[in-house]
Amino acid sequence: MRRKARLFEMSLADYAREHGLKRVGARPAFLDYLGQAWGRRDFAYTLAKFTNEAANAKNRLGRWWVILLPTVQAMVYGLIFGVLMARDRPENFIPFLFTGVFLFTFISGSATQGATALTSNTGLVRSLAFPRVLLPVSAVIRQFLNTLPQIGLLLITLLVFQQGITWKWLLLIPVIALMSLFNLGIAMIMARIASQVQDINKLLPFVIRILFYTSGIFFSMDRLLKDHPSILAVLKFNPIYDYVELARGLLVQGYEATAFLWLTSAGWAILAAVIGVFFFWKAEERYGRED
Amino acid sequence: MAAKTKADAIPVVVVDDVHITYKVFSSGRRATRAAAGGGLFSRKIGLREVHAIKGVSFTIYEGESVGIIGSNGSGKSSLMRAIAGLTPVSKGAIYSSARPTLLGVAAVMLPNLSGEKNIILGGLALGFDRKQIEADVDKITEFAGIQEFIDLPMRTYSSGMSARLRFSIAASRDHEILIVDEALAVGDQEFRQRSEARMREMRDRAGSLFLVSHSMQSILDTCNRVIWIEKGELIMDGDPQTVVAAYNKHTGATSND
Repeated sequence: MRRKARLFEMSLADYAREHGLKRVGARPAFLDYLGQAWGRRDFAYTLAKFTNEAANAKNRLGRWWVILLPTVQAMVYGLIFGVLMARDRPENFIPFLFTGVFLFTFISGSATQGATALTSNTGLVRSLAFPRVLLPVSAVIRQFLNTLPQIGLLLITLLVFQQGITWKWLLLIPVIALMSLFNLGIAMIMARIASQVQDINKLLPFVIRILFYTSGIFFSMDRLLKDHPSILAVLKFNPIYDYVELARGLLVQGYEATAFLWLTSAGWAILAAVIGVFFFWKAEERYGRED
Repeated sequence: MAAKTKADAIPVVVVDDVHITYKVFSSGRRATRAAAGGGLFSRKIGLREVHAIKGVSFTIYEGESVGIIGSNGSGKSSLMRAIAGLTPVSKGAIYSSARPTLLGVAAVMLPNLSGEKNIILGGLALGFDRKQIEADVDKITEFAGIQEFIDLPMRTYSSGMSARLRFSIAASRDHEILIVDEALAVGDQEFRQRSEARMREMRDRAGSLFLVSHSMQSILDTCNRVIWIEKGELIMDGDPQTVVAAYNKHTGATSND
């Protein structure tokens, strides 16, 4: 009798809580969220695979473009920078250039795909409820799958130009792992920003262009800026430079992978991933809004 | 304000004074030349706020199947999307015993992928086991009746075909709370009957169902409670015959189709 009387005084919120109902759309606790996402990792991978297949199916050469595009790209840069900048060419130019261009594409592609991860999948976001973080994760997996044949191409180029394999090539695996972690963080950050301020997609290509020119992809920063040590120091405070330089140290003759580079590369990866996941999770309830 | 609650029934969805507002960039300018007037610099780009739902409260109990009716743009779909957790509410809150599944008219999930791949992805996103999904693919395809087209990209499907497929994916499992938002409107007569039968079956297994429809016949056949929403406000909530009769009187309709 008392219970019934109380029922009519209770607010609906209390009533719902008393019956064990949970608020719809509430953001799960951070660790629960990660757990849910991990439980559906198969979705992120399958989405990446299917999206790649669908994207390639529209072209006649299909998946060959995964290799053709970077090759054409590297050839164009090789032509422009190799011929025009013939005097200032860094040592061992072709391996130097290919390593730079392919690894840069992995990072820039993750940022670009990450930025559209939520906005280009609105159909999914609006019809199904799942941890949204899987979308930027899927974008990076997609980019990773596209990078694999490029790395194969890179290794073949190295064989041709350097005539020899060293055990150091194996260390490329941890470098790619660190880069993937870094890319995940960047993709998540970009995904959240772009979902709230779509205008960012207009500026992103310019930012990427600037990074391409300032990360020493096709020229040696040490050589070009040897008279300006302070500018050099500022420009070197750049994760992209670290990753590319580290990979060159392992792959290209005449370059060295220092312990310092390993340290900074790992640092950037962990920093980006932690900030990225947290930053993305914070706005989980707001994704998919129609505004 | 304590809205009426039943003492002995088990609530599954509680909607507590919910408001939904959308902020939309509007050009502040009509598209036709006559209506617009002015030059390039005279237009005002404004942030318009659309108040789709204005303080709606109700409680749904176990085993109820609720018809949601109201004219176009009355806020029905906004409310359903909020109950499914896909649109955040701006004020108030919605509570539920399980995560509701929404089956809406929203665009296809991934238009460039085949129907089969959409089935697999949809299942994976909802957290089902891959083997289980692959075992269900044929059953789902058959229920939808689109076996011939299952390997074509979904963008090539007619609206009726993709609606059938979406319903079949959702209906392949029992849901504690299922929301069907006009998803059957484009289906043909035969499929409509098959899907209504499936919905009744789910309801009878203690699931709760929300059905948004403009077909009063579907509502009367499937639902045991009807909520009428107009301009974002709850007009009437009660047994189907009474509410549908009142709604028909309001719209001037003479038949239930």
